[in-house]
Amino acid sequence: MRDAITVRDLTRRFGDFTAVDAVSFAVRAGEIFGFLGPNGAGKTTTIRMLTGLLAPSSGSATVAGLDVGTRADAVREVIGYMSQKFSLYGDLTVAENIELFAGLYGVTGARYDDRRAWVLAMAGLEDRTDRLTAELPLGWKQRLALGCAVLHEPAVLFLDEPTSGVDPLARRRFWDLIDGLSERGTTVLVSTHYMEEAEYCHRLALMNRGRLIALDSPSGLRGSLASAGSLRGSSDVGDMGDVGVRSSLEDVFVELVRREGGAVVG
Amino acid sequence: MTGGSVVVEGLTRRFGALTAVRELTFSVAAGELFGLVGPDGAGKTTTLRMLAGVLRPSAGDALLGGRSVAREPDHVRPQIAYMPQRFGLYEDLTVRENLSFYADLYRVPRAERPARLERLYAFSNLGPFQDRLAGKLSGGMKQKLSLSCALIHRPAILLLDEPTFGVDPISRRDLWLILTEMIAEGVTVILSTAYMDEAERCDRVALLNEGLVLALDTPAALRAGLEGAVVAIRAEDARRARDVLRQLSDIRRASLFGETVHAVVAEWVGADSLRRELSAAGVRVLDARRVEPSLEDVFIQRVAGEEAHA
Amino acid sequence: MSGMGISLTRLLAVSRKEWIQLRRDPRSMALAFVLPLLMLLLFGYAITWDVRELDLAVLDQDGTSASRSLVEAFEASGYFTVVERLEAYREADAAVGAGDAASVLVIPPGFAADLSARRGAAVQLLLDGADANSATIAFGFADAIVDGFSRRVVLEGRTVEPAIDARIRTLYNPTLESRNMIVPGLIGVIMMTIAAMLTALTIAREWERGTMEQLASTPATRVEIVLGKLLPYVAIGVLDVAVTAVAGVLVFGVPFRGSVVIFLGQTVLFLVGALGLGVFISAAAKTQLVATQVALIATLLPAMLLSGFLFEIRSMPPLLQGITYLVPARYYITATRGVMLKGVGPETLWVQAAFMVGFAALGLFAATRVFRKEIA
Repeated sequence: MRDAITVRDLTRRFGDFTAVDAVSFAVRAGEIFGFLGPNGAGKTTTIRMLTGLLAPSSGSATVAGLDVGTRADAVREVIGYMSQKFSLYGDLTVAENIELFAGLYGVTGARYDDRRAWVLAMAGLEDRTDRLTAELPLGWKQRLALGCAVLHEPAVLFLDEPTSGVDPLARRRFWDLIDGLSERGTTVLVSTHYMEEAEYCHRLALMNRGRLIALDSPSGLRGSLASAGSLRGSSDVGDMGDVGVRSSLEDVFVELVRREGGAVVG
Repeated sequence: MTGGSVVVEGLTRRFGALTAVRELTFSVAAGELFGLVGPDGAGKTTTLRMLAGVLRPSAGDALLGGRSVAREPDHVRPQIAYMPQRFGLYEDLTVRENLSFYADLYRVPRAERPARLERLYAFSNLGPFQDRLAGKLSGGMKQKLSLSCALIHRPAILLLDEPTFGVDPISRRDLWLILTEMIAEGVTVILSTAYMDEAERCDRVALLNEGLVLALDTPAALRAGLEGAVVAIRAEDARRARDVLRQLSDIRRASLFGETVHAVVAEWVGADSLRRELSAAGVRVLDARRVEPSLEDVFIQRVAGEEAHA
Repeated sequence: MSGMGISLTRLLAVSRKEWIQLRRDPRSMALAFVLPLLMLLLFGYAITWDVRELDLAVLDQDGTSASRSLVEAFEASGYFTVVERLEAYREADAAVGAGDAASVLVIPPGFAADLSARRGAAVQLLLDGADANSATIAFGFADAIVDGFSRRVVLEGRTVEPAIDARIRTLYNPTLESRNMIVPGLIGVIMMTIAAMLTALTIAREWERGTMEQLASTPATRVEIVLGKLLPYVAIGVLDVAVTAVAGVLVFGVPFRGSVVIFLGQTVLFLVGALGLGVFISAAAKTQLVATQVALIATLLPAMLLSGFLFEIRSMPPLLQGITYLVPARYYITATRGVMLKGVGPETLWVQAAFMVGFAALGLFAATRVFRKEIA
């Protein structure tokens, strides 16, 4: 399968500070790819470069075959973006938000009717089109935000901590939707520091201090560290296989960051 | 001496026609770590606000350290600390200014302040950032500052509304280290959380839904009470495996976690029968084993069960 | 408030916190210090009631030397300029209506005859009431001119010097400089608005930013929070008044005849009430936008229109006159004018002080009542 995202020696400097330091990886089409790291690890800067919002200092990256350095405008047309800080307007209704984003993405005519119906069905909001967005429970808002981000059927979807703060049931419903998108070929790149979200990814890239320090499947990451016997403080993991995966994945995360000399504070 | 005990009796809060919290009754012993979990709108925040005395109960009462929050909130306030879900400190004040503001509000004696501050700075690693504006701190550091302000007067009871919301794993560990230390010193902690791994750490957990307690017990007892068994299956085509499993009559639920499927079977008869059924449908199973249910499984079964009845 | 008393530590902690925040917020600082001066300069230069060279049309139906010398007396006063000579009475209305003249002097036939017969001669002055202020002032001048003229006529032909010097002197504001009236009044209008606007933000801001939820869970009482928040603003307000008053004296040459201590004392009383009103609005509104809008409307218009600043209270309809008693700027403006222009002291200003104490008490009471340490 063709790679939907390729990143080669991608670097971004701000003055003396190197936010992203020669990062290379590739994401397969239809893959759910997790991007982990503490605050200041360089996740956001990397995503800004991949979404064409920030020019790389050196190195290169392509998204859906388009070079982000030279074709940033074209890149923005084939991607969708959903942030934890919702870009939805709380004082607009569900239907008005969809209409607004359809307008912004140039989804019109019969395609608009199709996509609108699809988004409402996907988010389970068919009988709530006239509700003010601000009044929706968090889980519904997140599904609506996702719907608005994929109105134009983007090839690559960027998610920034999409389900932080919601309960396990709402989270599972959300990720069922994401999996459905992935199954139909949408590539999904998730940036998060929640292990609950990392669980749902096919592969995880761990960043710290601007560098990529690990890249593997969740079970691969857990296995590599468990076999090295370096797991600490994971009392509730035990040897029950996948039980307590949340804790153990977090242990992996914390351990790898510590080995690298800790996170950047500030 | 009731210390930091909390007794909640028939606590109820209505907002117009909506009843956010419905006759909540439970008690928390001094020094206990008590968790409130539940979906959005379950009433977690409303409950904590009433306990903190910032929201008046419509009916019922809560005794914190033996004092009634409905009748004598001014006697409750000095012995508790409350950390709202939204950052409640002043972003245009520095770390040090926020701490000394709260020290003044609780009238912490000047002589004791240096020692307390030193300890809190050591805990939170905020020492080097004393003169930084709170608004310029990262999410994790903000939460650690919030907790430090909450602890400056040595409260007997800590009320924390989703304290690790928006916090990265490193800061999250720091926060939990501080909490563990406080509990060891006998402080009562009641917290709400959306994360089941945090709920696992609690002595007891109340699972709320639509203002009612669905379950209240230790995490181990809650897990033990789950009907059926949880199986983790790794297959070559995980999506296909999930779809096949969902068709099977004795499978209650099957969810995809990246490359793994978690299924809840009504009755555990061994991995072999599952392997056979999946193979018959053309799915190659790499691994299938029974795992102990997590609180997340308990949560989903209970809450989804409620919704199915509704 | 269950009898826990007021803690000065907590009250001052709130004040200190408020002061630090204020210092770090350039918008509040500009509102507190730049806006009052700007308003003073703008209004001070823009509003002027000085009536000079009023356009006068003359209808002299007598045509005698006596009537001519009356017209000369009007011209010589410097307050009137004869712009038009009318032929018939019906032209008078048209002259005023078309705006050619602001006033018409009508001297009826037989004016000189009446004068010499010592019967008391009548003249008529038509004033354009559309500009009520100018009209009032013009009336005052005309009255004085005619009065002076008739005195001269009475004494005419006699060689003795008049026993009584009956020249009219305008008390307290001899040159009738309107700025002298405007500046002390403006201080009242400006401070009413600024004070309420400044505090209107404080509580609403804490609700909006989410800091009130945590503050409400502490032992700090409503009184401590409200008073603690007021304190820094009272200090700023007094400083503001001092700066604007000094600017009024230096830039506009307004006299300051009274006691500075009494002036500042009245200012503090007034500010506590105005700031309390702001806190009340802030606590009731819960959002900064609503609070600012309400504060602006609730203070600026009444202070401008119903305080005696622009319009004389005595000439208002009874209902409006009644309402002016509820406008605190009324008392403060009377007090500032009294202290600055007349140099009066407590013997007359105690009435104003008493009303302002009442208003301050009401403001603080309302603010603490409405402000609830409750989320919903």
